[in-house]
Amino acid sequence: MMKLAKKDILGIQEMTVDEINLILETAESFLEISTREIKKVPTLRGKSIINLFYEASTRTRTSFEIAGKRLSADTINISASTSSVVKGETLIDTARNLEAMNPDIIVLRHSAAGAPHLLASLVRQSIINAGDGAHEHPSQALLDMMTIREKKGRLAGLKVAIIGDILHSRVARSNIYGLSKMGARIVVAGPATMMPRNIEQMGVKACTKLEEAITDADVVMMLRIQLERQKQNIFPSLREYAQHYCLNRKNIKLAKPDAIVMHPGPINRGVEISPDIADDPACSVILDQVNNGVAVRMALLYLLSGGNE
Amino acid sequence: MKLLLKGARVIDPSQKMDARIDILVEEGKISSCGTTIKAPPAAQVINLTDMIVVPGLIDMHVHLREPGLEYKETIATGSAAAVAGGFTSIACMPNTDPVNDNRSITEFIRRKASEANLANVYPIGAISVGSEGKQMTEFWDLKEAGVIALSDDGKPVMDAALMRHAMEYAGSLDLPVIQHCEDINLSAGGLMNEGYWSTMMGLPGIPSIAEEAIVGRDILIAEYTQTRIHIAHVSTAGSVRLIRDAKMRGLKVTAETAPHYFTLTDECLQDYDTSYKVNPPLRSTADIAAINEGLADGTIDAIACDHAPHARTDKEVEFVYAANGISGLETSLGLSLNLVHEGILTWEKLIAAMACNPARILNLDKGTLKKGSDADITVIDPEQTWRVDVKTFVSRGKNSPFSGRKMKGRAVLTLVAGDIKYDGRAL
Repeated sequence: MMKLAKKDILGIQEMTVDEINLILETAESFLEISTREIKKVPTLRGKSIINLFYEASTRTRTSFEIAGKRLSADTINISASTSSVVKGETLIDTARNLEAMNPDIIVLRHSAAGAPHLLASLVRQSIINAGDGAHEHPSQALLDMMTIREKKGRLAGLKVAIIGDILHSRVARSNIYGLSKMGARIVVAGPATMMPRNIEQMGVKACTKLEEAITDADVVMMLRIQLERQKQNIFPSLREYAQHYCLNRKNIKLAKPDAIVMHPGPINRGVEISPDIADDPACSVILDQVNNGVAVRMALLYLLSGGNE
Repeated sequence: MKLLLKGARVIDPSQKMDARIDILVEEGKISSCGTTIKAPPAAQVINLTDMIVVPGLIDMHVHLREPGLEYKETIATGSAAAVAGGFTSIACMPNTDPVNDNRSITEFIRRKASEANLANVYPIGAISVGSEGKQMTEFWDLKEAGVIALSDDGKPVMDAALMRHAMEYAGSLDLPVIQHCEDINLSAGGLMNEGYWSTMMGLPGIPSIAEEAIVGRDILIAEYTQTRIHIAHVSTAGSVRLIRDAKMRGLKVTAETAPHYFTLTDECLQDYDTSYKVNPPLRSTADIAAINEGLADGTIDAIACDHAPHARTDKEVEFVYAANGISGLETSLGLSLNLVHEGILTWEKLIAAMACNPARILNLDKGTLKKGSDADITVIDPEQTWRVDVKTFVSRGKNSPFSGRKMKGRAVLTLVAGDIKYDGRAL
């Protein structure tokens, strides 16, 4: 098996196809551990992992914690509300203090794009970006790619539609980077106010109609609409948004008959996705994504710790 | 003290002069210029063969941080940085703490500057009290105290009626009004130029129209009220076009740009390096081309570096929290000389943009080497190659994205009123 020649996982943008494949294959091999009665292997015994979360998160933080624990690492969770952030300590000082306690990996979630890059340049530990502002969310894109590959057997040549607030979505960016590297065709759709400028230069097709984007899609990825965006006047109301950008029983017929439906969670039922689609095992793979998320994060922790040395 | 500057190539756009002549300085004034001046008794003779002598450079847009933010810069350290960069005069923006919105702050700045006794420091007064965009300051009183222009730099005047009244009132006093053009609703939350790179990096963008909307608005006010407006740090192609059109229609519009706007693009930000974070933000290569064109055809009158010194603690934070600005006084000339090396500007145009035009815009009796004028003189070694090292900056602000950059051409001697305030000939 190849080794991951990286200190940090900051984004999919910097990853090669070989690295993505290595991570996905490693994750696939870890899937089985989570099905055992004793869900634990000694692989990372004696390693310490700090989950430093400056933004609220249930799914991602729990997923990283479980991933660490299943590999026997010691995981420590720090969330902004309990840390020295409230005392006004800078990210750099927090990081240097944590560094002095000698952990092996720091998993960082931060509302500021680029925060993990700052941290990575300062501390010797491996940094995993667990989401930085609207920039990247690499472990999410990896688990998405793993899920697509699991259901479709491949990534190359698939048509993937990503629908919603592309402008503010780190999930969209990481998936655009990853899926385009892996040879998928990507169409993004959302209200014009949620389309980042020059998005086509990222190698995607962009449109403003959900119907156009999902037609003949193999994969439909719905993004969470952030309710507070309404205040910025980028969309008039949830009602109108739901009328035009909610994936439902009717419009999903435009996608391929065997299309899968994804969502990074947490979902706003009835806003971007209708409950019957979200809960339909025939097309929804939302919980498979969560399951694969643990395996992907196990793979990242394992590979950053030196892989199979 | 008498000084004879011998054998240099003298470039003085104010006299359309580019010749090898000697300059004699007596009692702080230029007492004569001529092909061969004999040294009077007791005169110090400085041989400047291979050097270029120009009217003392003027940077009309700097931040000296004092009073209130002395941890970033003081009037003394900022003036020292000015003369080290070849500048004999600087105009300092009012966004200190407290804001320079009244006579006592203006007088304080002038006193500190005269104690420092390096560059000429010209305070710019605030347009509105506290630069809050509400109540006009006492322009008349400020002018009498020594203010040479008005601006709410960094806090653009969003209220068009206030801007109109400020321009009318200031116009009657012949005080130039300088606007930092930014529609703060369009730029709200923005951290970098809106475009491909902000999309890639997931950083909120500042669209070019945030600048252009106010450039356009203020040009309209200038036309309607028949007053002057000076546009600070032009960063977009659209602004250049608006200003060019306004000038062609004979309006009293002047403009400046900063070296980073013709040197760097938003692509530089891709590693989230906060030393590139400035406001207005670094734009695109097309904008650089337009700014170069604007400088070459005179649409942009002046180069001013927007010297914005910051402490490490202001910059070594997450990108969103990092302060805007570059400590620019010690790299401005070197970066601007690139325009000459690349054939974009002639020497004459460069020196006009860095000395004569700022003097004209600010109504200063400077920017010339005519007989009888103040002996503010910059001596440039055009061939010296050097590498920027922020550790050697005289400014307290070491925040520069140009650290490590190779430059050609440097100020080696800076004379203010006939006194040598900086001598870098040994470097």
